[in-house]
Amino acid sequence: MRGANAALGAAGLAAFLALGEAVPRLGLVKEAYFPPTSRIADALGQEVTDHAFWTALGDTLTGWALGLAIAVGAGVVVGLLVSVVPHLREATASTIEFLRPIPSVALIPLAVLLYGTELRSVLLLVVYASFWQVLVQVLYGVQDVDPVAEETARSYGLGPWARVRHVLWPTALPYVMTGVRLAAAVALILAVTAELVIGAPGLGARIAVAETSQAVPDMYALVVVTGLLGLLINVGARTVERRALAWHQSVRGEVMV
Amino acid sequence: MHASLVVSGLNKVYEGSGRRVEAVRDLTFTVEAGELVCLVGPSGCGKTTLLKCMGGLLTPTAGEVRLNDRPVSGPPPGMAFVFQEYGRSLFPWMRVRENVELPLKQKPLSKARRRELVMDALESVGLTDAAGAYPWQLSGGMQQRVAIARALAYEPAVLLMDEPFAAVDAQTRADLEDLVRGLWRERGITILFVTHDIDEAVYLGERVLILSASPTVVQEQLKVDLPDERDQLHTRVAPRFAELRTHVYEQIQAAKRGGTDAGPPEKTLT
Repeated sequence: MRGANAALGAAGLAAFLALGEAVPRLGLVKEAYFPPTSRIADALGQEVTDHAFWTALGDTLTGWALGLAIAVGAGVVVGLLVSVVPHLREATASTIEFLRPIPSVALIPLAVLLYGTELRSVLLLVVYASFWQVLVQVLYGVQDVDPVAEETARSYGLGPWARVRHVLWPTALPYVMTGVRLAAAVALILAVTAELVIGAPGLGARIAVAETSQAVPDMYALVVVTGLLGLLINVGARTVERRALAWHQSVRGEVMV
Repeated sequence: MHASLVVSGLNKVYEGSGRRVEAVRDLTFTVEAGELVCLVGPSGCGKTTLLKCMGGLLTPTAGEVRLNDRPVSGPPPGMAFVFQEYGRSLFPWMRVRENVELPLKQKPLSKARRRELVMDALESVGLTDAAGAYPWQLSGGMQQRVAIARALAYEPAVLLMDEPFAAVDAQTRADLEDLVRGLWRERGITILFVTHDIDEAVYLGERVLILSASPTVVQEQLKVDLPDERDQLHTRVAPRFAELRTHVYEQIQAAKRGGTDAGPPEKTLT
């Protein structure tokens, strides 16, 4: 079943690539704006031999990783504090609901004003977008604590800190992992957007340069690279999730007794 | 190691969203040090509420619980709780060994001593081989034995058990009952065992406390004058066992009928 699915997936991808080759060649779309697959592949091959490409990739990944790390750290700490301190959740709920839907890209002018084209501009946007993903999941996760587990911990004399560590945190962890996975995807989108729009160094800026210099196949090649990055990030996040949550129902599946 | 529990004038009223529920009206009784007392009562009579008040998990509206002459205001050290919902009471993210060890980490014990207590407790319940497994890899009966081992390792003077075997099958249940009686005789722990099963109460207990329907009072206290050596095969068919269980059954039926009365039902003596 698994093998058959993989084969089908590969066949679908091959058909898609073939279509991308055929449609421009048949003149259905303008080749100048829509180069065939083979030319994009050529451009990609040239990109990977260029030192500047790897620098740009490194810049993008730096912005992504730093921003994600800050957002996850802050999201977890703020989420736990808001849940644990009495009344804080009620007091902050409306503010969170107001701030959360603000699209991060709306903050681009602010980022430019504050930091210009520095890495900090990218970080501001990445952190703002990813922070909410983590925070909201932590808030949900903390609510999921089983009252019986909590009472068990209390009856054995576990103090507040021990209960956060041994009951609340493991309960919230599956939610946190979901939050991190979502945040990782969003962080990449925002990192590339910031580079593209603000011109901070990275893959996004390189795409913009390719576009203005009419290097259309190169532009597509770079777009493909960002897509591959997104794919890798998602696969990576899922692997981490499975490892960390081996005990969880969603991962362990059916167990024989 | 020995400890006595005194419950006096205990009353618990739940208030919320305009509804006022008197779960427990007025309970007074004593559990002597080293005694195994079973609490039975009709369903919904506030057995769990009572146990949680005794364990310091709930604050009573009036009255008090004293453990060794000290009022209980929070979960007291030296008291362990075994819940009915073993699946939710054990932590799925910890292995059996870690589950049993966790409460010990709150005590000033060396690592070696902790490990010793954990292995000793697991051996007592016959689960030495399962130490490295996760709770959800075990059957229901085994999971409840892990919960019992966790309580034993804590070296409690008092063990509170809230319908611990209500969710396991009949054969496992018989084994677990014998396990609890064996541990009680071996370790001299004071045990308060809440159940809705009349046979179980009579089979296990030295004394059976019969509660009335809600609002709850003590309907009757009954001494179980069965021999100390009990086994599933002979004790349950002994004429005295049948008499006692019939008596408890009648009392509970009476408690259900009397449950609508405003006042506490009269005390009957055997």
